[in-house]
Amino acid sequence: MGIKAYISVFLGGLLIIAGSLGAGESLQKAEVYAITNATIVPVTAPIIEKGTVVISRGRIIAVGAEVEIPQEANVIDAQGMYVYPAMINSCTILGLYEIGSVRATLDSSETGKFNPDVRVAAAINHESVHIPITRSVGIALALVAPRGGTISGQSALIRLEGWNWSEMLVKSPVGLHISFPQVRARRRAAEEEDEEAISKAIQELKDYFTGARHYMERKEGAAKDASLTAPPVDMKFEAMIPALKGELPVIVSVTTSEAIKEAIKFVEEMKLKAIFHGVSEGWKVVDELKKADIPVILSSLYGTPREWKDGYDAPYRNAGILCQAGIKVVFSTGDAALANNLPYHAAKAAAFGLPKEEALKGVTIYPAQIFGVDKDYGSIEVGKVANIIVTDGCPLEITTQVRHVLIDGKPVDLSNKHTELYEKYRKKK
Amino acid sequence: MKRLPIILGGIFISLLILLLPPLIHTTYGQDLLVKNGKVVTLGKKGTIEGGDVLIEKGRIKKIGKGLRAPEGVRVIDASEMWVIPGIIDTHTHIGVEGGVNEGSNSVTSEVRIIDVIWPENISIFYALTGGCTTCNTMHGSANTIGGQNVVIKNKWGVSADELIYHRAPKELKFALGENVKQSNFPRVSGQPRYPTTRMGVEALLRKKFTEARAYMKKWDDYNKQKKAGKNPIPPRRDLQLDVLVELLQGKVRAQVHCYRADEILMMLKVAEEYGFKISSLEHVLEGYKVADAIAAHGASCSTFADSWGYKMEAFDAIPYNSALLAEAGVNITINSDSGERIRRLFQDAAKCVKFGGMSEEDALKTVTINSAKCLGIDKWVGSIEEGKDGDLAIFNTNPLSAYTRCEMTIIEGKVYFDRKAYQEEMEKLREEAKKKEEKKEKS
Repeated sequence: MGIKAYISVFLGGLLIIAGSLGAGESLQKAEVYAITNATIVPVTAPIIEKGTVVISRGRIIAVGAEVEIPQEANVIDAQGMYVYPAMINSCTILGLYEIGSVRATLDSSETGKFNPDVRVAAAINHESVHIPITRSVGIALALVAPRGGTISGQSALIRLEGWNWSEMLVKSPVGLHISFPQVRARRRAAEEEDEEAISKAIQELKDYFTGARHYMERKEGAAKDASLTAPPVDMKFEAMIPALKGELPVIVSVTTSEAIKEAIKFVEEMKLKAIFHGVSEGWKVVDELKKADIPVILSSLYGTPREWKDGYDAPYRNAGILCQAGIKVVFSTGDAALANNLPYHAAKAAAFGLPKEEALKGVTIYPAQIFGVDKDYGSIEVGKVANIIVTDGCPLEITTQVRHVLIDGKPVDLSNKHTELYEKYRKKK
Repeated sequence: MKRLPIILGGIFISLLILLLPPLIHTTYGQDLLVKNGKVVTLGKKGTIEGGDVLIEKGRIKKIGKGLRAPEGVRVIDASEMWVIPGIIDTHTHIGVEGGVNEGSNSVTSEVRIIDVIWPENISIFYALTGGCTTCNTMHGSANTIGGQNVVIKNKWGVSADELIYHRAPKELKFALGENVKQSNFPRVSGQPRYPTTRMGVEALLRKKFTEARAYMKKWDDYNKQKKAGKNPIPPRRDLQLDVLVELLQGKVRAQVHCYRADEILMMLKVAEEYGFKISSLEHVLEGYKVADAIAAHGASCSTFADSWGYKMEAFDAIPYNSALLAEAGVNITINSDSGERIRRLFQDAAKCVKFGGMSEEDALKTVTINSAKCLGIDKWVGSIEEGKDGDLAIFNTNPLSAYTRCEMTIIEGKVYFDRKAYQEEMEKLREEAKKKEEKKEKS
């Protein structure tokens, strides 16, 4: 090796050291953020004018009007702007859907009636174009839920940022999803015709749960008593055990008032911890829902009532009526392509009787609570994960612009397929 | 001299025919004074805080402040409310009995929506609850040439004939892309229906317009010979080609369902080749890619606010489409294409502000005056201006707010939706039903 080579190795080494020093410094800086001069809406505490939020290593370490800004902090001056917790879409098919009419891009519905062992988590396409689009309006978390069959599978709560599905998981499973048998027809005659088939399907569902319970009991019995034989392993029944024990909630999709009543009977009889999803006719069975103490994930409010007698605004009034009765209501869109419309569903409910603060809670702290992640998510509080948005107005307003979205304490890229095409064709003259 | 009574009679009848439409029109119009609202005229008078709108016999008589109601005229207090022109939806399929597609053939220009108007369709009422007063109700997009559309006013409770807005020019629906190719649903057994590609769609269009040209020439020759005093044999009448000839003559407006940039350009070029004008491109989700060509042709664009991704040809749709097209100088409107979304077009309009930064006034125009221009009825509807139809929508707050609620919808001076009255009526109905139930239980 000649002298030249020695020199170059030496210089190269110096460069590497300098480089890593620089990286170390910026890494440290990258982990501390201070959002200043903002109107902070923590959701679980009173509004703070001219406040500061300090974030370190992904978590909120200080919130208030008189907060010291650490020297190493990256400062986001939010003069004249608002700071809210990032929103949560409580039911979507994000990552399981790309183009509606192209079957190869759809992974949300497995075939067959009973698929308790099916899990969405590992099927989530982290490159889905719908994820950054949803994120750009200030949604940081989303429940990704399976559809189809009677027992559809297990959902996952994901953060809308990450290099793969595994990194995106906040919690999995979140619930065992059941598509409760009910009339789908809007015509009375067809409904009556359906009735028999429906009660049969409900019985089938009950039988399935009972079968799973027997399996669990036999398995537990064999574990305690060596003279008993354990049943052969059944992956489907295995997946049911956490739900049977009340450790995993069942998330029951149900819309009509008759079916909601049946579904309440079902979860009580089977002794399940339940969350209901859909529930567009919940307002007709408020007392029953309240008595059963079941929280509700509303699906899209953009439907028309089943009957004109319900009133044109029944889907809009629903949330307000449920809330007034003391039922916890959260919002969702159900889909992937318009998952970014979540805030407008909540606002629609607010236009028709739901208090505005409740509408906001229904996309922030309430979903965190019903999914059991409120220790870390859903509001701006010291110690929580810094999922924060900076906006120029109320995040439920359509015309509001979202300036920054922080997920796990880091600003995320707000560009997406839509903005990219916009920028590209804007240049064309 | 014997002919005089006939001539006089003829003149009388023609006068009657000429005068009849306005006579019918005024019969249905009413008087009304809307007082003290924030009146967003979207016309020359701009926005008037605490403004009044006086409607006489269905037409806007006066706009201003401190107007007095003539004796016996109903007054609506719009304090703290926003008053905007009645919303116009340029693309719906509401109020149609049965199917909207005559799908047995890819060219069915002879069929007409006007023949199958269904006034009891609840979507008409739902439209009213979202401030929508006028809509273009259309054939579906299964066919290359689907048929003749019709514009209706959402006068819930009247007959089919009375729903129709006779002032609107005749329209013909075209469609391109996946629906015409029948890409997204299982094919019915047997032979596929031609065309199944975008190539076929263009070829079919050119074939039909070539036929239409030849047919038009036959009639021209016939008329010429007849004029020259000869006694020619008339050509055989073809209802399918009749309407295409009217299109070539500029008497019919062409409304074209389209998605992708390629097919949009193709359609513009076909129209230019055969010498007719496209009045509006419908959906036109990739319109932003060829905005310059659309602007040069002069077609309006009627698009979705943010619907996308539901099929392959909707995968490059962006919510900035309207803003980009508007910047290119295209008349842009937002449509619902749905009996449900028609209830919240004002919210879709708000998305034009969010995506691409349209002004609030321009955003409201996308569902009012721009829509009227798109349908060729802007002389009569679409803005609050003296002489125009008294079509108004009243909201409790800014209609572009997500928290807004439509309180009242007025067509030609008549209140067709009044939220308060509606609620009272529904309450009454519920009580009556309850009483009936109790009676049943007692007996």
